[in-house]
Amino acid sequence: MGKKKPADNEMLKGTMDMLILRTLVAGDAHGHTIAKVIERTSDDVLEVEEGSLYPALHRLEDRGWVSSYWGTSENNRKAKFYRITAAG
Amino acid sequence: MSFRRFFSRRRSDAELEEEIQTHIAEETAENISRGVAPEEARRRAYVRFGNPQLVHEHLWSQNTLTWLDGLGRDLRYAMRTLRRSPGFSVISIFVVALGIGGTVAMFTVVRNVLLSPLPYPDSKNLYAVWEHEDNDTFKHFNANLPVDGGSFLEWQKAAQGSAEMALISPWQNNNVSAEGGKLPELIDSASVSWNFFRVLGVQPVLGRDFTASDDRKEAQAAVMLSHGFWVRRYSSDRNILGRSIYLDAQPYTVIGVLPETFTFASAMSQSNAQQVWTTIGHEMPELMSIFDDHEFLAVARLAHGTTFAQLISRVDTTQKRVKAAHPDPAVHPAAVGHSMLDDAVAAYKTPLYALLAATCCVLLIACLNVASLLVARIAARSKEHAIRAALGGSRLRLLRESLTESFLLAAAGGGVGLLLAWGALRWLVLTRHDINRIETIHLDGFAFAFTVLAVLFAACFSALIVAMGAEDKRILATLQESSRSHTGGGKRATLRRGLLVGEVGLTVVLLVGAGLLLKSYLRLRNTDIGIPTDNVLTLRVMLPEARYSDVAKPAAFFDQLLQRVKGVPGVESAALNTRAPGQGWGGDSLITVTEHPPLPKGVGLDLQRRGIDPGYFAAMKVPLLKGRTFREDERLDRANVVVLSESAVKLCFPGNEDPIGKHITLGDPKTPYEIVGIVGDTRWDITLPPMPTFYMPLYGGGMTSATVMVRASHNVESLAMPIQRIIGEMDPDLPVSGVMTLRETIAHSTVSSQFDSLIVLAFAVIALLLAAAGLYGVVAYLVTQRTAEIGVRIALGARREDVLGLVLKDGLRPALIGLGCGLAGSVAAVRLIESMLYETQPFDPVVFAVVMVTLLAMAMLACIVPAWKASRLDPMQALRTE
Repeated sequence: MGKKKPADNEMLKGTMDMLILRTLVAGDAHGHTIAKVIERTSDDVLEVEEGSLYPALHRLEDRGWVSSYWGTSENNRKAKFYRITAAG
Repeated sequence: MSFRRFFSRRRSDAELEEEIQTHIAEETAENISRGVAPEEARRRAYVRFGNPQLVHEHLWSQNTLTWLDGLGRDLRYAMRTLRRSPGFSVISIFVVALGIGGTVAMFTVVRNVLLSPLPYPDSKNLYAVWEHEDNDTFKHFNANLPVDGGSFLEWQKAAQGSAEMALISPWQNNNVSAEGGKLPELIDSASVSWNFFRVLGVQPVLGRDFTASDDRKEAQAAVMLSHGFWVRRYSSDRNILGRSIYLDAQPYTVIGVLPETFTFASAMSQSNAQQVWTTIGHEMPELMSIFDDHEFLAVARLAHGTTFAQLISRVDTTQKRVKAAHPDPAVHPAAVGHSMLDDAVAAYKTPLYALLAATCCVLLIACLNVASLLVARIAARSKEHAIRAALGGSRLRLLRESLTESFLLAAAGGGVGLLLAWGALRWLVLTRHDINRIETIHLDGFAFAFTVLAVLFAACFSALIVAMGAEDKRILATLQESSRSHTGGGKRATLRRGLLVGEVGLTVVLLVGAGLLLKSYLRLRNTDIGIPTDNVLTLRVMLPEARYSDVAKPAAFFDQLLQRVKGVPGVESAALNTRAPGQGWGGDSLITVTEHPPLPKGVGLDLQRRGIDPGYFAAMKVPLLKGRTFREDERLDRANVVVLSESAVKLCFPGNEDPIGKHITLGDPKTPYEIVGIVGDTRWDITLPPMPTFYMPLYGGGMTSATVMVRASHNVESLAMPIQRIIGEMDPDLPVSGVMTLRETIAHSTVSSQFDSLIVLAFAVIALLLAAAGLYGVVAYLVTQRTAEIGVRIALGARREDVLGLVLKDGLRPALIGLGCGLAGSVAAVRLIESMLYETQPFDPVVFAVVMVTLLAMAMLACIVPAWKASRLDPMQALRTE
């Protein structure tokens, strides 16, 4: 396990939330797409750890900044889509 | 966290699983599209995602009440720790229970008796008004003097518009006659102006209230019953309304029954004493037009927009006008007042607050003790803690364990304490009827809330001290202590010494308070009321004036009664007095000495008035100092003789002249009384100095109540029945009251002093024991810590006495500092209880000396055992203990 100091962790959380919200401004997306978009827009500098992506998404949903619904992905898979809310 | 997820963790977990699967599938598809083999593509997707379980766990802990989980674990852990050392747990719980129980009980008493409003609507607008006089004539009384009827009518006029005023005489007695097979009994009663209940805002539960037409001399006699009396004597019979009951052999129509909650108390009357209520206008109309007979207390309900200051200034001005118009010395020149609540309970304020303070001291000591024990426990486990800290256990986590432990102890102590408080209150209500409003005491929501507060306080207090002790960050140092400990755990011992200083200080304050109160109580008990009190029985008889209206009748009755009582086998001597010494107020008169020039205007000589039979002084052993007692034939119209008490002579004849043969008058200058003798002083109330008294022949006529006093060589109580039988034979309709020995009388009037002193003493002893236990604990701990060091010292040739002295000095220092602090604190504390002391100086040197000696002896005793053990250490064994 990483030995990150709590302060760094905090920053990561805030940054991750912002990145996710920015991604969702462009349109609804599911977890995988969000991860890809974030990596691409940051020119692959940021590698999204899925381990923190999903907790972050759920946290945002609890706060009411994003909402979710089950839909079908581009590859015809059942996927959970996230949509940014007015609060987000 | 989200409660939605918290309560449907299983479902949201499944959703997450699905989501993760989608993600993996997308990633795999992407990898395949890049040309990777499906198996490999899948593996890479997993590698990239990381451990899905971790995501699960992360989300789970995000959605759970971690602290609740942790709390449960802490609780279980603390329970286990406490169960492992049951001795420690039981003692701590008991100590805390004692502190909390005492504090809760006293808080409940203070709240119910002193603070909660009286059971009348808008009771904060109700005030009691008394008369007031600040001169030598009435120096034996407190600030409140009863009110006269004439003045009251003036007040009522003056207060019109700003307050409604009513009048009550709460200290009356009535014979309830034998009716329908019930025994006659003497009851306390009150006479009131018709609007009294209206002013208080009380309505009868049955029947009607008095009206103005009941409050007249010619009205048909009407009576209202207290609820208790109605239930007890008339078995709650609703048909009692309109029926007649006999009070002092006169018929009274029952018009109403008061509510069960109704009670009336004042500075001079007990709550719940009065059984029946009559009107002043019917009972004593003659008193309403005169200004020198003070039989009442006024109550006032303020009108809206009036302050009490306005009312009392109006009343006071009126009273000054009354005094100007009637310059008689018996007319008082001023009026004072307080809220009715204060009036009823002012006398208990200091003792109750003092007891509350004492219980708070015990609670504090209990907390200090538990904290000290916890600190000791942590110190003993310091290595374990250091290891855990080194391994990454968070300091808060470790601290939380002791917090939980102290909280558990406090909570258990609170539970037991609540039971103790309940028991203590039950006992208090049963033993202390003499406190007004004591019957209102009950454990209520406030008491429970207070208990919770006390528990939190106790827990936080101990925890805070423990936390202070645990500030020690030197993990390494603690671990190194294991190799060679010299000053090991010194810091924690310092903290414990500090706690001890506080504990000893509080103990000293309690001890000083207890010592002073006890000394005052003993002084009171040993006060001489003026006659020997052993084996004297008293019984009171009141003859109803209606049947003993002729002047000669009461005299004949009493004479015959005395002769018959003297004939009862076992009676050594018997006598009659209108009021036995020590049994309270028996009436007073303002007198003038005929041979002296008239006194300046407004000055009077106030003497207690007693009627006695000629043999009283000899029978009750009141020393006859000069002259003679009455002769048998000095009765009825030949009874114009008096005997003065010693202090009455001092008051009336300051010029050292011989009073024998001189005359006094009681208001009427045409009937002078010749002074024939001088006797020793007796006290009317053991707690008060003797008042100047004059004695008149009981057979002079006009006196219808008397106390039979009999003296026997032993077992005087057994004479009560034969004497009551004689009275019953002479008049079956006559109740006998006040059947008690003089010893019981004295015990009765010293009960509050006894109660206060014994309770505080008990607390002080408990505190002393706790402090001793604390001291012993610290010294024993230090000795254990320093075993190796002491071993080295002894091995190097230190003498046993040196070691003994070393340890003793170490233990006695906190005791001495605590003693100093405690003495300083006592200086403030004794000021608070000064008013509770009887003939005892607040800085009584004997009490302070005894406290110091006791405390030092306790400290020595607590230290000597571990110190002795230390000095007997076998150096070889000590050095091997590592």
